[in-house]
Amino acid sequence: MAFQGTKINPKRFDKSQLKFYLVLVPMALFMVLPVVYIINQAFKPLDELFMFPPRFFVIKPTFKNFTDLLRTSSTTGVPMSRYLFNSIVITTITVFANMLITAASAYVLSKKKFKLKAKLFALNQIALMFVPIAVAIPRYLIIKNVGLTDTFWVHIIPMLAMPVGLFLVKQFMDDIPDALIEAARLDGANDLQILWKIVIPLIRPALATVAILTFQAVWNATESSSLYVSDETLKTFAFYLNTLTTTNNTIAGAGMAAAAGLIMFLPNLIIFMVMQSKVMNTMTHSGIK
Amino acid sequence: MNVFKKIRKRLNEKSGESTVNDWITIFFMLLPYALMFSLFVAIPVALAIGLSLTYFNTIQVPEFKGFLNYIMLLTQDEVFLKYVLPNTFQYALIIGPGGYFLSFLLAWMLAQITPRMRTILALALYTPSMVGGVFISVVWRTLFSGDEAGYINALLMQWNWIERPIQFLQSPQYLMNIMIVVGLWSAMGIGFLAMLAGILNTNEELYEAAYIDGIKNKLQEVIYITIPSMRSQMLFGAVMAIVGAFNSGWIGVALSGTNPTPQYAGQLIINHIEDYGFIRYEMGYAAAVSVALLLIIWGFSKVAYRLFGERD
Repeated sequence: MAFQGTKINPKRFDKSQLKFYLVLVPMALFMVLPVVYIINQAFKPLDELFMFPPRFFVIKPTFKNFTDLLRTSSTTGVPMSRYLFNSIVITTITVFANMLITAASAYVLSKKKFKLKAKLFALNQIALMFVPIAVAIPRYLIIKNVGLTDTFWVHIIPMLAMPVGLFLVKQFMDDIPDALIEAARLDGANDLQILWKIVIPLIRPALATVAILTFQAVWNATESSSLYVSDETLKTFAFYLNTLTTTNNTIAGAGMAAAAGLIMFLPNLIIFMVMQSKVMNTMTHSGIK
Repeated sequence: MNVFKKIRKRLNEKSGESTVNDWITIFFMLLPYALMFSLFVAIPVALAIGLSLTYFNTIQVPEFKGFLNYIMLLTQDEVFLKYVLPNTFQYALIIGPGGYFLSFLLAWMLAQITPRMRTILALALYTPSMVGGVFISVVWRTLFSGDEAGYINALLMQWNWIERPIQFLQSPQYLMNIMIVVGLWSAMGIGFLAMLAGILNTNEELYEAAYIDGIKNKLQEVIYITIPSMRSQMLFGAVMAIVGAFNSGWIGVALSGTNPTPQYAGQLIINHIEDYGFIRYEMGYAAAVSVALLLIIWGFSKVAYRLFGERD
């Protein structure tokens, strides 16, 4: 064997890998520690929250912060559960709508033949650089003029165009052989049937990635609640958490904010853990040429 | 009915490859995305350019002013030139290229270890990127809180490094550094995942061949084999890193709790836009700042495309 280098993606542990752990493990700890800290804070009773010197880990865990959180309502009298309910409904609708919209347009851009195709995809690729908050003002004016302000939909509709999602799904779809689609067409399937019965089952990993990215964007969003909605019953859980930490600096607030933070964080973690292999599969197709 | 069918048939013959049915499908399948894309991506950018040439306070009709806003921005706006622009460049250069280099390095190291440990460590590294802005501010605000209950302050006091708690988030000399730490903390985003996938996907035979051809060490291996064979993922990662760097500009305000940030120490372009747009209602001027920001992002991406794009 002339090959001397250590291999990419090794199957077995080898002493030569130790040097990588030396860097990776401390970095991973640095990344996770703040999160572990918040988890511990969420379960701390009041006296531990304000103990001096403070302890990192909780000694006597309690659910008091969570029950407090459930019992309190915002200054305007809207209960916490209402915000949570809003967030769940908004996020679910947006995730599913986004998967459908993205799959349909990616199918057209990947498998149909028409003149503008390359130009449209190039435009979407430029939009990968798009930073929504950079144009917050025109977006605000548009949302106001379309009549979305103070509706439930203002949380959903502006989130439905996700250039990164379309980009990833289209790249992934390019690998589906055209012959497969031609065969289905010869059997009499129309585009809608091909998309639904053949393409969508094949691009599940990419759609899972779109779902995750959409989930992260919508579940964690506060701008729509703070900019476009004045009706307190239409605001989201992320927004509520934000008010907990910025306005409510009382002693009890700290524990509740940590508890609410944990409620925000857990769905993110669970969904990503379940789908991480699909995401990695999609990412091999993420190249920009 | 018959006439209709005839027309359709003739149209089909004319258009060659695509049939009328095809056009209908293409139109309706693209419509939802195209509509949303236009409304919330394309038109806002066009509007920003248009508004940037006017004076607009949201109440009166915009008044055309030519390039006045841009001239003001580049000659009169002391806050922008003295704080916002240098801050933005400092922050973006560290979080963008810095975060990008770190992502690549960590992804490359992860590729050298066994799959199970890789998954666990990659998950840990990606964790900060899956939580949103609110969570980030909750975590770091409690950690750096200015009283004794702030964990960092308490630790420093316990070790007798300081005597009184430091108002980390309110003092200009600390705020920017904390922002950079937090920014780097959450910089391992989807670009990082893309690069990890890219490295794992490189062709193993290439490495063997390269060693036969006389490559001597890991650094050469990375430069001559790994990076060239995952160029397209490198580009995707770079674009994501740039966007991420400019997208996370709100953290200064989130950490300090005020806009403008204390003595403009953590003021980035994003905050400047918000300051003028939503606090002072000078929408025309804010739009000009938006356009400047879009141009800066575009410039950075140009560099990334130059480095990693396909050469033709």
